[in-house]
Amino acid sequence: MMALCVVAAGIGLAWLALILGALVYKGTAGLSFAVFTEMTPPPGEAGGLLNAIAGSLLMTIIAVVVGTPIGVLAGTYMAEYGRFSRITTVVRFINDILLSAPSIIIGLFVYELMVRPMGHFSAIAGAVALAILVIPVVVRTTEDMLNLVPNALREAGAAIGAPRWVVIRSVAYRAALSGIVTGILLAIARISGETAPLLFTALNNQFWSSNINAPMASLPVTIFQFALSPYEEWQQLAWTGALIITLTVLGLSILARSLTGRREDR
Amino acid sequence: MTIASDAMLSSAARAREATVRRFALTDAIFRGLTRASAILVLVILGGVAISLFAGSWQALSSFGFSFLTTESWNPVTEKFGALAPIYGTLVTAAIAILIAVPIGIGIAVFLTELCPRPLRRPIGIAVELLAGIPSIIYGIWGLFVFAPFLQTTIQPFIINIFHGVPGLSSLFAGPPYGIGLLTSALILAIMVLPFITSITKDVFDTVPAVLKESAYGIGCTTWEVTRRVVIPYTRIGIMGGVMLGLGRALGETMAVTFVIGNAHRISASLFAPGTTISATIANEFTEADGDLYTSSLVSLGLILFVITFLILAAARYMLMRIDARTGV
Repeated sequence: MMALCVVAAGIGLAWLALILGALVYKGTAGLSFAVFTEMTPPPGEAGGLLNAIAGSLLMTIIAVVVGTPIGVLAGTYMAEYGRFSRITTVVRFINDILLSAPSIIIGLFVYELMVRPMGHFSAIAGAVALAILVIPVVVRTTEDMLNLVPNALREAGAAIGAPRWVVIRSVAYRAALSGIVTGILLAIARISGETAPLLFTALNNQFWSSNINAPMASLPVTIFQFALSPYEEWQQLAWTGALIITLTVLGLSILARSLTGRREDR
Repeated sequence: MTIASDAMLSSAARAREATVRRFALTDAIFRGLTRASAILVLVILGGVAISLFAGSWQALSSFGFSFLTTESWNPVTEKFGALAPIYGTLVTAAIAILIAVPIGIGIAVFLTELCPRPLRRPIGIAVELLAGIPSIIYGIWGLFVFAPFLQTTIQPFIINIFHGVPGLSSLFAGPPYGIGLLTSALILAIMVLPFITSITKDVFDTVPAVLKESAYGIGCTTWEVTRRVVIPYTRIGIMGGVMLGLGRALGETMAVTFVIGNAHRISASLFAPGTTISATIANEFTEADGDLYTSSLVSLGLILFVITFLILAAARYMLMRIDARTGV
């Protein structure tokens, strides 16, 4: 029976290695300088992914700038002011559900909230959808990390007469900083591969655009469109884009892990 | 003389009072901000529910309850029914869980009981990293690598084996498209595997060493300890992890959209193309013309939201119970 467990581990890890292997093999075949300097091509021509990468970056930045403060503040309430209040229990429960809610539902929500009233797809709607995905991740890690800060530190701050918000800002945040940053990095890793919430918020754009009030290309949506197309150049670009996203996500996760890694070591 | 010192004292007291009041004000503002942000989380979920209800009202009021029981999905005649996507969603998620749970628990047992200590951390970290890989990656792999492999190798083989066996022959009936319900289910199984593994591993770690040691002490084998002590102790936590994986599998969009085939029908064969709720929305939403079409798609989203909300709530409740027991 225990041999079966070893077999299970073998199967699982081999399967996942197979996927990564295929990704690296197919993705590197199309990896060139042009991928980062040229726009997405029309069917049948060579080109790059520049506008898609730029669009993804821009929307990710807006989403993080909007979502992070809200997430950190909400986490602060749950761990500091309202640690024992009933709201915190409810928010924690709802936040955990938001954390694993299907992202396409968030896309539909933002469609009803922004795209329909505005009458057109826009990058800002895409960024809002991503921000809604950022918030639960940041809330969760902020609360967890602040809960790890020893109360003696807070009491020491209060004993020298510092008001609560100064204690939180100068003592609790400082002690939990690496953990909170980890949460933000994990949130970025999560949204950088999200496709479903962008499909009908930011839509896609064949061309360069820096107008956040207009549809904008993003790497995941471009991959989706190109992979399902019958054109070989597009399919190759899709593989290359997939490799770029995977490397980004893995890089961010490893960076996040190394920030808190020392604490986990026993 | 005394008058002057009194004046000095009172001005110092006044200054201190002003500072304290300013501190209290800033504190109240900061407290209000954090509280508002926490409440915003509730507002977002409420907003999701309300907007989905509002968006689906038109379709639900014109089709009524039959929306849930009709198979036809015809944009031309504007007759929409959700039965085929619901069927596809439930079947693919169920098969995925059936495959992923035994393998996931197996890996967790391997990691906590069998794996040589130096390898534990690297493999554990690898599993958690894999949980973060975006679903579109699994989708593109499924479409270009896995589906052709199934089409040319596995599916003809299975069709031949079960040919003429009652029941199974219609479950695995051809032709082998490569894409379809079974392919989607297999991709979903790979995707939820890391989730189930890492949660199961975490709850296995909550088993007090004393319990395991006493079982070993009376001569139990590793398998007996796992079967009789570890798994019973962590049953609720494992269930929570499985439900979390199920919620993931039900709502997963991109990986499935690539390989499901997007066909609005219910076939007996697992090799036939089908569709799921999320794949239907992803494929058709931007092309939907007509309010009723859009509203029907939003109704699908509402159904998915309700299903996943119930399952995730149950999962969180179970995981909270095991947290409470370990006193974390």
